[in-house]
Amino acid sequence: MTRSPVLAVRGLSKSFGAVRALTDVTLELHAGEAHALAGENGAGKSTLIKTLAGVHRPDAGAVRLDGEAADFGGPADARDAGIAVIYQEPTLFPDLSIAENIFMGRQPRRTLRRIDRTAVHDATAALMRRLGVPLDPERPARGLSIADQQIVEIAKALSFDARVLIMDEPTAALTGSETARLFSVVETLRAEGAAVLFISHRLEEIFRLCSKVTTLRDGRWIATDDVAGLTEDALVRRMVGRDLDELYPKQQATLGEVALSVRRLTREGVFRDVSFDVRRGEIVALAGLVGAGRSEVVQAVFGVDRADAGEVHVGGTKLRAASPTAAMDAGVALVPEDRRQRGLVMELSIERNIGLTGLGSLGSGGLIKRALERGRASDWATRLQLKYGKLSDSVEVLSGGNQQKVVLAKWLATEPTVLIVDEPTRGIDVGTKAEVHRLLSSLAAEGLAVLMVSSDLPEVLGMADRVLVMHEGRLAAEIPRAEATEESVMTAATGRNGKEAA
Amino acid sequence: MSKYLRWDTAVGILLIAVFLTGSGTTEGFADTGNLSSALNDTAEIALIALPMTLLVVAGQVDLSVASMLGLSSALAGSLWDAGWTFEMIVPVCLLVGVLGGLLNGWLVTRIGLPPLAVTIGTLTLYRGLASVVLGDKAVADFPEAYGKWAASTETVPGTFIPYPIALFIVLAVIAAVLLHSTGFGRSLYAIGAQEDAAHFAGIRVKRIKLALFAVSGLVASFAGIVYTLRYGSARADNGLGLELTVIASVLLGGVDFNGGKGTLGGAVAGVLLIGMLNNVLTLNDISGEIQVIVTGLLLITSVLTPRVVAVLSERRHRRAAAVS
Repeated sequence: MTRSPVLAVRGLSKSFGAVRALTDVTLELHAGEAHALAGENGAGKSTLIKTLAGVHRPDAGAVRLDGEAADFGGPADARDAGIAVIYQEPTLFPDLSIAENIFMGRQPRRTLRRIDRTAVHDATAALMRRLGVPLDPERPARGLSIADQQIVEIAKALSFDARVLIMDEPTAALTGSETARLFSVVETLRAEGAAVLFISHRLEEIFRLCSKVTTLRDGRWIATDDVAGLTEDALVRRMVGRDLDELYPKQQATLGEVALSVRRLTREGVFRDVSFDVRRGEIVALAGLVGAGRSEVVQAVFGVDRADAGEVHVGGTKLRAASPTAAMDAGVALVPEDRRQRGLVMELSIERNIGLTGLGSLGSGGLIKRALERGRASDWATRLQLKYGKLSDSVEVLSGGNQQKVVLAKWLATEPTVLIVDEPTRGIDVGTKAEVHRLLSSLAAEGLAVLMVSSDLPEVLGMADRVLVMHEGRLAAEIPRAEATEESVMTAATGRNGKEAA
Repeated sequence: MSKYLRWDTAVGILLIAVFLTGSGTTEGFADTGNLSSALNDTAEIALIALPMTLLVVAGQVDLSVASMLGLSSALAGSLWDAGWTFEMIVPVCLLVGVLGGLLNGWLVTRIGLPPLAVTIGTLTLYRGLASVVLGDKAVADFPEAYGKWAASTETVPGTFIPYPIALFIVLAVIAAVLLHSTGFGRSLYAIGAQEDAAHFAGIRVKRIKLALFAVSGLVASFAGIVYTLRYGSARADNGLGLELTVIASVLLGGVDFNGGKGTLGGAVAGVLLIGMLNNVLTLNDISGEIQVIVTGLLLITSVLTPRVVAVLSERRHRRAAAVS
């Protein structure tokens, strides 16, 4: 390419204490180009983004914007220079309107320093028209979906005349149609000449949206390729540095007796009349759109939420309502969707987190034996190939994939007969993802009943023996593995199949 | 604060420093008689600080403890006036303490109100009830036979430790074991750090909170009896404002007001430090107002120091990074 890049990064290095996060990284972004940044968790993607955003200062190397050296003292400098970052979870002021959020701190003024509300409104409406998204500028940010909040952030970036738009896993929490809308917005911006740096763990999105991809591994630049000439396998190989075992290593299941039986479970206004069974040795996926009530169903099954009606039987015994303790005693484990809020106590160490589900069994006479606590943690850490420094380290320092392994360890240590996993691989890198899939598959082969909530369609199709599809709080379809296709699941999830019409 | 020195250890060292300075500079400070009375002066604060530490670690707080102390004192005085024996009075006071604590806990766990708001309310309520029970009179004719159990002059044979403090030591050991070596203690840290995650791990969050508030009320009412006997006087305004000293001591000892962090040893060191400082200042004829100011400054320092250390080490890292 002969044009000079908008953003050029050369020889960038950054260390945190003894940890080298980035070593000699190179990246070029051109106007009108969507460029993907690929790599496993811990590869240095976040550090690179934060350096470009002015959050971190590089130890060595240069960032050049339009050929001029850029030295950002803080995020405001980077923003003023035209670099905007859209994070996975936007941070808007919930009680302010969309327009107020966009122009926070730099509202157009009338005489006497009064805010010119009409100008704010019109400017926001113009931005929304440009993005092709019909959002009302006066709507409060509270209650906006994550997808809409991202749109607001993008609009805000546009209002700063951002020339470089960095998107850090923007699609992790979006549904299929929301992702499609986001992509068309990105396409619009790209066509207008913006340079887009896009980060996603979903390879198919990289192939759909981007023309180039730069891969990082262990903080080093590995390759920059044209997406057109690349296969998914080749990209994964660059990311993990070795051939990856099959991403969905589903073993043939031998089904045993019914382990979990849910009968007419109802929570008013959330889900209704949900009935299904999961057998030993079986992986059942609970698919559907975000908001269809899947997480709510499994939380009611586990007893963290109260159900208004219906019964849950485990191994033939009826569970007491709304009691996680009763569910645990019966052999149910739930790996929740929100790892950081619900799966782990972030401030506590690895061993304490793993011990948290077995406080009654870690010693005698009520006293905890630290050796038992540590033993339980280290056994499971080894079994799940957890990458860690010390077991007494806080889980905060682990990568997302390793945090998820700690959550799995914490629950597998209870020796459950029914394992419920809610979005087990969201936001974790491909390498760990394959490990989690292998683990689930081998656990099922050992006779565990697995119920898996997932929005990741390839994961649902690749892992499940049976797919249950929810639509607006009801079970819309039950599809055996042989008949499960992207189309059959999505048809049911969007409520287009015959049963739902009635 | 830093990896070399934990805050609660620092408070322990400060405690020893104050002790040594006190014995060196202040005549009469290191006498066993004075130490007994200095210790005994902190008896109620020390006792109430134990459940308070557990509450704060679990991300809760109980501001109604001093009012419960007053209510218990007023109740004891009024029942004594009515001719009850002490053996009858004590269980009634303790029962009232548990009920008061359960009310706090019920409002927090069942109604879902924040503990700060709930216990500010019951702080006023319990103090008001104390005035209803006893009015503005004082009951002071308690028999010597009971008073001696709370006096600093009567000590455990062979030591300078008064009985209320001896009881405190036993309870402190129990609380320390509970907090640091049992599943219950682990649960408190989890609840304080991330209540949702604790709930999802099958920890009975509501039941534990309810129990903590009940125990807090129980201990506060017991402290009310100790206070009454120690001063030989039952009044509705006994222990006014004491809750703030308790909380200040616990925070000074390095227990994080946001929950999830802190040790029982640190909290005990915080109690002793404030108690000892007040004693040294009193012996040097420094007025009560100044003592309150010193306590306040100490508390602010304790909250500020870890921040300052964090900022300084961050700067050092930056400078080191810029050089390399």
